[in-house]
Amino acid sequence: MWQWLTQQYHRMSSPKWFYELTGRWIPWLVAMVAISAVVGLTLGLLFAPADYQQGDSFRIIYIHVPAALLAQSAYLMMAISGAVFLIWRMKMAAWVAKVIAPVGASFCLIALLTGAIWGKPTWGTWWVWDARLTSMLLLLFLYFGVMAIQQAMESEDAGHKAAAILALVGVVNIPIIKYSVEWWNTLHQPATLTLTEKPSMHPDMLWPLLIMIVSTYLFFALLVILRTRNEILWHERKRQWVKKLLES
Amino acid sequence: MEFASLSEFIAMGKHGLYVWLSYGLTALIVAINVALPLRRRRRLMKEQAQRLRREKRHASST
Repeated sequence: MWQWLTQQYHRMSSPKWFYELTGRWIPWLVAMVAISAVVGLTLGLLFAPADYQQGDSFRIIYIHVPAALLAQSAYLMMAISGAVFLIWRMKMAAWVAKVIAPVGASFCLIALLTGAIWGKPTWGTWWVWDARLTSMLLLLFLYFGVMAIQQAMESEDAGHKAAAILALVGVVNIPIIKYSVEWWNTLHQPATLTLTEKPSMHPDMLWPLLIMIVSTYLFFALLVILRTRNEILWHERKRQWVKKLLES
Repeated sequence: MEFASLSEFIAMGKHGLYVWLSYGLTALIVAINVALPLRRRRRLMKEQAQRLRREKRHASST
């Protein structure tokens, strides 16, 4: 088991291996993302019953909740990749951490925008400075901070290091986001989905949400793979295998 | 199917503006996220292929 793990680690740290493997994955990922998004959105927009309190505005849930979940998962993944880079100096990990930042920020922005738009008909306001909304806004600024600090350093390596440290410090914000709806009084409703309890949602509403969450995570994987491959091509541009690729 | 007609679907029970604004903005951000890495790859491949050709010419002329 341990041997297998170290073997996988050394493989993953090889940019060429990653590039070739993900090249084979891309068409499958694209197909899975497209199919799951079409199924999830069709079920969510056309077949899920309207909410008895919120009416049809609740259909925003099918993008809001997946985006908000992903924004947090992506942040954790970015911080973990940063830690792997800091501890073992694995370059691939630094590149992955770097490319996650703008993608995670995009999903965080989607969560905030759709939340504000959903808030207007539901709460009567676009924005309140309550714990959940403020901590999500902080997450967006953390993403921006990681991106900015990366560019601000003199060498690329120093940028990776500083970005990784900031990302790790910012992890404190993740449990704050999660428990904000329990610790403080807030307009935001508590979690719709929990791992421990039976879902309170009607299955016709729940299934499209689960499908959209899977679709969003697959889409995120695709975007990170595309961007990481670009990083690899750039950094390995003088290596023989990339030269061969360029000549073909 | 929850909607009897297309106009009912678009109206989203008087919440059409909010629903479609949400979905529209999301589609825009998603599209940008797809376009950016694809464009970067296209440019990268082009520039590096040019550099490689230039270096080869240079090496053969000296």
